Amino acid sequence: MADVAQSTNVGTVPVKRSKLMKKLQNKSLWRGVVALVGFVLFWEVCSQKLYMGVDVPWIGKIPPPTEVYDEWKKIFFWPGYWESFYLSTARVFAGFAMAQLIGIPFGLLLAINRYFRDIFFPPFEVLRPIPPLAWVPASIVFWPTTEMSIAFVTFLGAFFTIVINVLGGARNIDVQYLRAAKSMGATQWDLFTKVILPGTLPSIFTGAAVGMGITWEVVLAGEMLSGGGQQGGGGLGFFIWSSYMGGTVAQVIVGMISIGIAGYLSSSFIRYIGVVSMPWRRLF
Amino acid sequence: MQTETNTSIENAEKATIEMKSVSRGYGEKWDREEVITNFDLTVNPGELTVLVGPSGCGKTTLVNLIAGFDFPESGEILINGKPITGPGHDRMVVFQETALMPWLTSYQNVVFGPKLRGDLTGQDLKKKATDLLTKVGLSEFMDKYPLQLSGGMQRRCELARAMINDPLLMIMDEPFRGLDAMSRELMQEFFVRLFEDGGRTNLFVTSEIEEAIFLADRLVVLSNRPTSVRKIIDIKLPRPRNFHQLTSSEAFDYKREAMELLHEEALKGFGAAAGESQKAFMESLTKTPS
Ligand SMILES: Nc1ncnc2c1ncn2[C@@H]1O[C@H](COP(=O)(O)OP(=O)(O)O)[C@@H](O)[C@H]1O
Ligand SMILES: [Mg+2]
Repeated sequence: MADVAQSTNVGTVPVKRSKLMKKLQNKSLWRGVVALVGFVLFWEVCSQKLYMGVDVPWIGKIPPPTEVYDEWKKIFFWPGYWESFYLSTARVFAGFAMAQLIGIPFGLLLAINRYFRDIFFPPFEVLRPIPPLAWVPASIVFWPTTEMSIAFVTFLGAFFTIVINVLGGARNIDVQYLRAAKSMGATQWDLFTKVILPGTLPSIFTGAAVGMGITWEVVLAGEMLSGGGQQGGGGLGFFIWSSYMGGTVAQVIVGMISIGIAGYLSSSFIRYIGVVSMPWRRLF
Repeated sequence: MQTETNTSIENAEKATIEMKSVSRGYGEKWDREEVITNFDLTVNPGELTVLVGPSGCGKTTLVNLIAGFDFPESGEILINGKPITGPGHDRMVVFQETALMPWLTSYQNVVFGPKLRGDLTGQDLKKKATDLLTKVGLSEFMDKYPLQLSGGMQRRCELARAMINDPLLMIMDEPFRGLDAMSRELMQEFFVRLFEDGGRTNLFVTSEIEEAIFLADRLVVLSNRPTSVRKIIDIKLPRPRNFHQLTSSEAFDYKREAMELLHEEALKGFGAAAGESQKAFMESLTKTPS
């Protein structure tokens, strides 16, 4: 902040505000920071056992942030921690990428081809309400390795959401755009690539953002269920589980916060790609 | 008439549209609703023909038939003697709702058609698009997306996008509806200038009588549903048009005639009730100007 004061005082030459500066002057950013700091302070104060030996209900049972922080400093140098991070992230992105790769074309086909829709939409709708975790036992039986069954369940978690979003988005494209393009001489292929695809892009990104959240949930649950160990396993889900079984509560909380951060980074990544690839939505 | 001065129309010849006892309805059996029946109309080359009729009478249905988005159940529609078999860039439609692609900038929207067909490329395309965008007053907004433009600008961008295809016929379906009164007037004036120095065949659909009279060479008053042509009024106001002409007694006579016809048609739809209130209504209409 000292820099800010200086550069504005020098001021004979108008200083162009950098992007970072603009961000720092953004009120909603500061509100977010204040809320976060407030939350941590509240947690710190309430989880200390200072009150004549009586804990604050609920929150008093949780280790304070300072303790979690100390734990984290220790864990930070464990290779196992980073390996867990890596394993979960890799699983999430593999499942997510597969779901996009298959889900987007599948959703588009459902949207543009009546025969395809007549055949594949009913079974799709029957399978869609089944929660991803209900697939776990069946997929463990079906797939030869645990790793594969985690991957499959992860894929499913994102797949249904992606397809439904793509289908809805493509079906909702204003018929006026298609008519205008047809009037100007568009072929079926032109209509697909120049109208339907860009018109569906916003829904593709909505599906991706929601799907990303679901894949994280599914991967972690899958890792907890699989119990880690020899084949497959590991990952942040297993990290939390083993901390619960044999470690400290602080360690569990470190695992939870790590997941929060990883999830936040992944969805920021999706949002960023969305903003870059849809400049028309980044207006004003 | 006004058609001598159309030097600026380059590649395009002008279209004649003939509609011969065209009918179109929707639904089956008990659900059946006739929208257009035995519709006969010739749209003359180089003229601005305005269709005026109450909302819901089937104007958009007609537009869709001529554009080739929809087909008549009986009768035929000919463009320069050939039947219409589907959409084509000889007929460009500007609808009430903007149909600019939101993911393309004004410039990209304008070049969309020629680029697809490849009939204009490189510098030629660039020049033509830039000229047209300048003509519609959007030279500073070429890189803006439709959502960044005002309603009036969107309409003008759409005009440019239609004109770059050199259509034989421009069809406008209530294009200025939904604009505020001020932009609407500006757009009418802008559009009438564009027509007057382009001389392209134009079919303009509206439910506003003043707008219709201001623009039209021929005013086609539609009947109550099932819709056909009730009467064609030749509007002989001199061109170039300006808004002062609307206060002339000539314009007023046109307005009165059109209103009477439309009102009669509306009453038919209303179950032909209340002759008295009709009289009172017409009197209230005719009191206004000096
Ligand atoms: N695709 C359609 N299916 C069923 N009815 C339709 C369809 N299109 C138009 N109509 C009916 O035709 C009538 C005329 O509609 P429209 O041509 O949009 O009127 P206008 O443009 O004059 O307001 C309306 O009553 C509408 O219900
Ligand atoms: Mg209409």
